[in-house]
Amino acid sequence: MKVTPEIVKHIAHLARLEFSPEELEKFRQQMEELLSYFTKISELDTDGVPPTSGVLPLFNVMREDELGPTLARDEALKNAPDQDSVFFKIPTILEE
Amino acid sequence: MIFRPAFEILREIRERKISSSELVRATLGWAHSVEEKLHAFLTLEDEGALRRAEEIDRRLSKGEEMGPLAGLPVAVKDNICTKGVRTTCGSRILENFLPPYNATVVEKLEKAGAVIIGKTNCDEFAMGSSTENSAFLKTANPWDLRRVPGGSSGGSAASVSAYQAYLSLGSDTGGSVRQPASFCGLFGIKPTYGRVSRYGLVAFASSLDQIGAFARNVRDLALITEVISGHDPKDSTSLPEPVPFYSRELEVPPDRLRVGVPWDLLQEGLGSEVKEAFYKALKLLESSGFSIEEVSLPHASYGLPTYYLIAPAEASANLARYDGIRFGLRAGDKKDLISLYKETRGQGFGAEVKRRIMLGTFALSLGYRDAFYVKAQKVRTLIREDFERALRKVDLIALPTAPTLPFQMGEKVQDPLSMYMSDLYTIPISLAGLPAISVPIALEKGLPVGMQIVGPVLSESLIFRVSYLFEQKSGMHDLKPPILEDYCA
Amino acid sequence: MRKPTIGLEVHVQLKTRSKMFCSCPVEFKAEPNTHVCPVCLGLPGALPVLNRQAVEFTIAVALALHCEIQPFSQFHRKNYFYPDLPKGYQISQYDLPFSRNGYLMIETEAGEKKIGIQRVHMEEDTAKMIHGESISRTLGLGYSLVDFNRSGVPLLEIVSNPDISSPQEASLYLMELRSILRTLGVSSANMEEGALRCDVNISLDGGTRTEIKNLNSFHSVRKALEYEAKRQEEVLDRGEKMIQETRHYDERTGVTISMRAKEEAEDYRYFPEPDLVPLKVHPAWIEKVKSRMPELPEEKCQRYKSLGLFPAEAATIANNPELAAFFDSCLSLKAPGKEVANWLLSEVLKFLNSRNLSIADVPLTPEKLVEFLNLMKEGTISSKIGKTLIEEMLATGEEAGAIIVRKGLAQISDPELIKKWAQEVLAQNPEQVKEYQQGKEQVFGFFVGKIMKLSGGKANPKVLNRILRELLSSS
Repeated sequence: MKVTPEIVKHIAHLARLEFSPEELEKFRQQMEELLSYFTKISELDTDGVPPTSGVLPLFNVMREDELGPTLARDEALKNAPDQDSVFFKIPTILEE
Repeated sequence: MIFRPAFEILREIRERKISSSELVRATLGWAHSVEEKLHAFLTLEDEGALRRAEEIDRRLSKGEEMGPLAGLPVAVKDNICTKGVRTTCGSRILENFLPPYNATVVEKLEKAGAVIIGKTNCDEFAMGSSTENSAFLKTANPWDLRRVPGGSSGGSAASVSAYQAYLSLGSDTGGSVRQPASFCGLFGIKPTYGRVSRYGLVAFASSLDQIGAFARNVRDLALITEVISGHDPKDSTSLPEPVPFYSRELEVPPDRLRVGVPWDLLQEGLGSEVKEAFYKALKLLESSGFSIEEVSLPHASYGLPTYYLIAPAEASANLARYDGIRFGLRAGDKKDLISLYKETRGQGFGAEVKRRIMLGTFALSLGYRDAFYVKAQKVRTLIREDFERALRKVDLIALPTAPTLPFQMGEKVQDPLSMYMSDLYTIPISLAGLPAISVPIALEKGLPVGMQIVGPVLSESLIFRVSYLFEQKSGMHDLKPPILEDYCA
Repeated sequence: MRKPTIGLEVHVQLKTRSKMFCSCPVEFKAEPNTHVCPVCLGLPGALPVLNRQAVEFTIAVALALHCEIQPFSQFHRKNYFYPDLPKGYQISQYDLPFSRNGYLMIETEAGEKKIGIQRVHMEEDTAKMIHGESISRTLGLGYSLVDFNRSGVPLLEIVSNPDISSPQEASLYLMELRSILRTLGVSSANMEEGALRCDVNISLDGGTRTEIKNLNSFHSVRKALEYEAKRQEEVLDRGEKMIQETRHYDERTGVTISMRAKEEAEDYRYFPEPDLVPLKVHPAWIEKVKSRMPELPEEKCQRYKSLGLFPAEAATIANNPELAAFFDSCLSLKAPGKEVANWLLSEVLKFLNSRNLSIADVPLTPEKLVEFLNLMKEGTISSKIGKTLIEEMLATGEEAGAIIVRKGLAQISDPELIKKWAQEVLAQNPEQVKEYQQGKEQVFGFFVGKIMKLSGGKANPKVLNRILRELLSSS
């Protein structure tokens, strides 16, 4: 199957990744090769076959509505690239 | 002193013949010296480990009942969260990440008295089959330092194989415990999906990931598997069934058993050395009273494309949290959100990770979702049904773990598809969620070859006993790689 | 005028103790980032576990909205990037939602109308972002702050069919929905607190529709729809085409503003959530929840109407859970519904509304109100006195009997005493007596007033009338 540079750019945007023009071309080629190989599965007749959404025979796994331990705020903020000891901080102007 | 099975060492610790502190000190000393050539560890926690060992010694001397792994140095793959200890997943984006909590398996190891000496190297976010995708180090194979130890749990495998630790934890999504076990001459288990809690395992592909373990012999493997298995209320996909004492039942011989070999799957990719070793192993099984039959897994040969659509799809979502907001790397001073995300992720992720995120995003995207993701999930159902059918006819399935001998560093890194092919025989089992142990079956040209023993869901007891029997008959356990000679007197 | 077609998408925060997928507390106005854990922060390795209470609340809402609860439903990941979404996906439901095809009834001027409900499903809330606008303007820097306390709070998404035909109906729909949610006790459904959020879709004559966001009160919903309907009317009148877009409602100016045009529709790449297992909701479970459900407003309303209350009276009480509970307690004490309603909806409600209180806030109890009504029935007090009495009861919580004694409010029925007063009044007003004897009936009322005044308002009206007539006819 054909993977155009537009497709690659669009997918990259959806995934919030970006590539230089050389990388883009390399990825494009690799994706084309891989996806062409993967279309092998279209050979199979899967009419009436349910997709596996999980391999477990489990249903209705739930927990009771009880309170449990939380992280102390400083622990929660510990790994943050930027914080003011109360909030996580991000250096961008955002719109609603 | 230290080149002995874990179960013997554990007995000596219990009987106070050696102290944990002595053992941990010696192990760390050895580990550091081997690291020069091996690069199995991303973090070695000398201080923490010794402190813990001393505490264990203190409590043992008071006569306290400590757990089944008391005092034993173990290693943990760096995609498993350890509280306060750097957990990088082999990625720049988590280079300085300190989890504020322990994975459930880590809690269990600590409760069992194990001493975690460090975090091992792995392919970035567990994506790879050679550990060459780590952003930081390239781990070598103790059997030949120019070759890969396998992946993605290469560090955990190499460290146990080279006696840097007695046991280690890895994770297996498409073969990432079994294949390195095979490449390093170890026993490696991928338990039934849901047998071991995933809470604290940094997710790659949620419906496939399982934490597994490495050991040099079956008893050791059984000991650690018992400890880490069991229901976890924090993991909704965790199975409720109680955990048998695998290590206590090893000697119970399995009855005359039927072993199925999926020759149709093995048509593709099987290297000649591996083929030879596999035949010999089958002969050994036969002479031990097993009957070898053929089973058909007609859709298993579609396992690779199926896996490489489903796993990256789930991964593309699982890795969306790496956005520079709450933790991890953040690209410097971006004025708008989109650039912040793209630069952070661009800088933080390596090529293989990006490739899989792209594949996965594509497989789920509008217009392609049905042909790729949904179709792959349907094929997965067919593969699972193949296994169910086969396992009604036979009791176990045996097949080689990896199609080839451990390959050279740099050999496959440039060709993603050829790298993916190394998972040809492990992937179908992952897709079906079945338990499998990779056992060493031969040394061909001085390089280890492994075979998988696969059973039905929750048949760990059975596959442990079969592996034990095989190990006893073949003598292929507690193997000593050449690197030991380089460092031993 | 072109006919509007309106659909509402409502998000409701559930009043569970803990969050949807983790055991952090659900609490408004807590210190930022203190109700967080690896799960709701989206830390590597964390996993979700479903809150049973959230599911049971959802069953209750689905039942109250007459929905078909799906025997098999599943969670899906909705994938997109935003700082308030820690995992980079929201755990929600997609093509296997919890329930669908329900309705609720609204009482319009033209009568009852059924508004269809497409689906009710579960999902998790996002974090809260705080913008530093003023600072950013001053320093030329922009930053945002994020508080994850809200991340993971259980949400219900309730999507109506586009059956609503006017802004007024939209208001009624929201009020009925809120009433149901409060009666069930599953949510405060308070829009001002953010426990209920609403986005609307509106089109004219079934044409292109616009979505309106940022509606913070029922009032805003109504105003925004009124504005938008007018705006769309004008666009079409000018012969222009309507563009499908999302608009932002500005409360201050009362207008909807086009949001910066989005490049393309979001591709959420939904797939089943692999960290959760599916839900199989058996009839037995539904029955269990059903049996614990309180009576719903519409059922109450019917019941009250059958006691003789007018539809408006029945609706007012039925839609106020606390008032309804009070009313039902009075009924259980065998008080006559119509009379209880009369007093509740007049003096009591007046008192509460003027002070912005709920009936739960005042010391008046059903027992005390019923005693009050009994005293009125016995004739111990007149209804005029009753008004003062009930106000006193609402303020102090004293029993009627005690106040009557304390203030000497008891109605006077002693015929001798009343006759004495009546004779006094008639003697003092001979002109009016003559007028009455000449046939002017209205003067009777004049006498009644004067006698009442003499009695301090306590004369028993019935006795008074009888005695007065007797006196007048005999003189």
